[in-house]
Amino acid sequence: MKTNINVLLGEVHSPQRRRERRGYAESHPRGLAGSSSAFPQCTPRLCGEREFYKLFLFAVFCLSIATLAPAQVPYKRIADANAEPGNWLTYSGDYQSHRFSRLAQITPANAGRLKTAWVYQFKQPGRQETSPVVVDGVMYVSESPTIVTALDAHTGRTLWSWRRNISRFVKTIGFGQSNRGVAILDDTVYVGTLDCSLVALDAKTGAVKWETKVEDNATGHAITAAPLAIDGKIIVGIAGGETGIRGFLDAYDAKTGKLAWRCWTIPGPGEPGRETWGGDSWKTGAGATWLTGSYDPELNLLYWGTGNPGPDWNGDVRPGDNLYTCSLLAIDAATGKMKWHFQFTPHDVHDWDANQIPVLIDANWQGRPRKLVAMANRNAFYYLLDRVTGEFLLGESYAKQTWAKGLDAKGRPIVLPNTEPTVEGNLVWPSLQGATNWHSPSYSPLTKMFYVAAREMGAYYYKGEAEYKPGTFFAGGGERALEGDKAYGAVRALDAATGKMKWEFRLQSPPWAGVLATAGGVVFGGSNEGNFFALDALTGKPLWDFQTGGYITANPISFLIDGKQHVAIAAGQALFVFGLS
Amino acid sequence: MSRSWRLSLFAMFFAAAITAARASQDPIAALTADDLSQGKRLYVGHCALCHGIEGTGGRGPALNQPALRRGKDNWALYGVIKNGVEGTEMPGAWQMTEREVWRVAGYVRSLGRVETAALTGDAGRGRELYRAKGCAGCHIVRGAGGASGPELTEIGARRSAAYLREALIDPAASVPEKFLTVSVTTRAGRSLRGVRVNEDSFTVQLRDDNDRFHSFRKSELKDLKKEFGVSTMPSYKTLAAAELDDLVAYLASLGGAK
Repeated sequence: MKTNINVLLGEVHSPQRRRERRGYAESHPRGLAGSSSAFPQCTPRLCGEREFYKLFLFAVFCLSIATLAPAQVPYKRIADANAEPGNWLTYSGDYQSHRFSRLAQITPANAGRLKTAWVYQFKQPGRQETSPVVVDGVMYVSESPTIVTALDAHTGRTLWSWRRNISRFVKTIGFGQSNRGVAILDDTVYVGTLDCSLVALDAKTGAVKWETKVEDNATGHAITAAPLAIDGKIIVGIAGGETGIRGFLDAYDAKTGKLAWRCWTIPGPGEPGRETWGGDSWKTGAGATWLTGSYDPELNLLYWGTGNPGPDWNGDVRPGDNLYTCSLLAIDAATGKMKWHFQFTPHDVHDWDANQIPVLIDANWQGRPRKLVAMANRNAFYYLLDRVTGEFLLGESYAKQTWAKGLDAKGRPIVLPNTEPTVEGNLVWPSLQGATNWHSPSYSPLTKMFYVAAREMGAYYYKGEAEYKPGTFFAGGGERALEGDKAYGAVRALDAATGKMKWEFRLQSPPWAGVLATAGGVVFGGSNEGNFFALDALTGKPLWDFQTGGYITANPISFLIDGKQHVAIAAGQALFVFGLS
Repeated sequence: MSRSWRLSLFAMFFAAAITAARASQDPIAALTADDLSQGKRLYVGHCALCHGIEGTGGRGPALNQPALRRGKDNWALYGVIKNGVEGTEMPGAWQMTEREVWRVAGYVRSLGRVETAALTGDAGRGRELYRAKGCAGCHIVRGAGGASGPELTEIGARRSAAYLREALIDPAASVPEKFLTVSVTTRAGRSLRGVRVNEDSFTVQLRDDNDRFHSFRKSELKDLKKEFGVSTMPSYKTLAAAELDDLVAYLASLGGAK
């Protein structure tokens, strides 16, 4: 019987999936009627009435499962994610990390009619930074500390939930106990755990298929980022930049969980870049890879940001540029070899990790089409690089900064004197949390604007002792940020080609919520004070806002429910889904 | 001897042994002159803004006293510096290593050897003055009073006498962040002034002089003026010097639950 159902599921599933992929997913009743031809033909004239009734009930049962059933998500679907805007197949929506929805039903004219469709309460209190994945009517959402739940995207009802048993002694030094999302590939959902393993779950049941230990949590390694699924491999970055780890990026075989390659972000003896570390300081050089990167399938290159050098605020113990920290790395997805690197902040002493989302843009640059990569960096500069070669093309500050006179012709910052941390404290903009942070930017290929939730906050930076003990805070100082009315935030629209600001929408405080631009001409964002809102993508004019009642530290996504565009955001201890009334 | 008795005795010995070990290994006693000098540098950078360069207090309580309310022993003092005090403006020194925290604690203890002048006012008379001047109209002490100014139930434990005196003479010199005065004018022409009780990117909530709440959408406002550096509290500089001393002595006596 089980086999029969599976066969039937396979038969009925494909047409349903194709409809969703085109963005024309239908409601349950219409879906049923529309799909009936996929079943064996049987009418009262050919079968007995009782048999017909039984078969009809069976068909209804199968179809009701099929409507919700997790679909196969082969690599090609993710690579072609923009062809099916009704789903949200990977952390940033597509491999280019545009966090842009091609759905256009919600517009500046009707955004005022957005209403709550459903709310899902997270299973355990914690810091919720999730960005869900939506596949064919099922939403996969990760929760703090490491819980994965499959929800019926129509209703928010739980289909299955898997919970990692996280010890209360788990080490999360320098960051919160969060999980930012999952990856899906074929029939498997992948999640990194707070105690630093990669777990593969059956997308239909939540059953564990395999589990691989990435590194030891006792040394401060952890995973908070969503993995990135590419063809046959799962790419995993790690956190731990405040415990003096040696950073790396890993690729695992998607079927078996076996390590395919490891790319160290800190060069060892004999490797290029080793000379940028005085003495043995490379051994505790950090360079964590704690946010999901981007991928260019044509070049087969991964683009991944790296974090601060260790210790964070005391650079005296690590003379040199400290490669490849605070850098963007282009990594061959087949071998794990670094093709190029670009270091935004050489010898960083302010904890300005460069883990922000690298956004891949194909556009004309000075008269000819170029493959570009853009990043709004934590150090307050917006950068545009050639993503084939790593060549620096442009850099422009997009928020207040008081540490650099500017960037030279190669993109290296011209650092101002007296901007280093001191024992007594030195006031510098931006604060250690940066002019932006892990919360996602968005790029609209329609407006050609790069949207970023910017943080306008300065901080007194302190230099302190740095003593390395494995698995303990190895920072060499810290900061005291200017808070309250001395700081604020803004959603800013930058001309992606020049970095110049086109408009801004001011926020009460420096935000921790990402932005989502849509083909309907709307930009969604969130605030620390709980506002989830819609802005006009061309002008920044506010169109709609909703008070969620909880701190928003998450990224919005958009998808279709029954053919209608919806937007989801985690806020406080719940996930909110909105649609037009 | 029953098992539970034996366990209790063992626990008592164990606790006593730990206490003895701690006393014999007092990290402050082991600090060198260089450590204290480092501690002073750290203190000046991290603590002096609120507690004063010489620990005379200010926004934070005075620390130049032989006995500290929250630092009864050196380990308690270490805990306060490292973890802060929940529910107050005192943050934890997460950025310092254990040794650095001990250096700061040692420097704070060294401040306590300075004898401080006793308050000259009479707290009883100050209390009468507090009532007569109508302070309770805007401030709460032990549950009674108005809410348009900060609660004063524990003010003596949180602020130094010098700070309290300054606040009475020049209230605008340090308006607490939670008591920002805001003036609004709606597009319809209605004006209102009050203390901001909350604000987000789209709305603002005020409390007027009569403790009534008002909520506005910012899009409905023609003008939203935040009066930084302005206090709605009148200055009491016209009080006689002795009266001011009495009032300060009363406020300094408000230590909350010990």
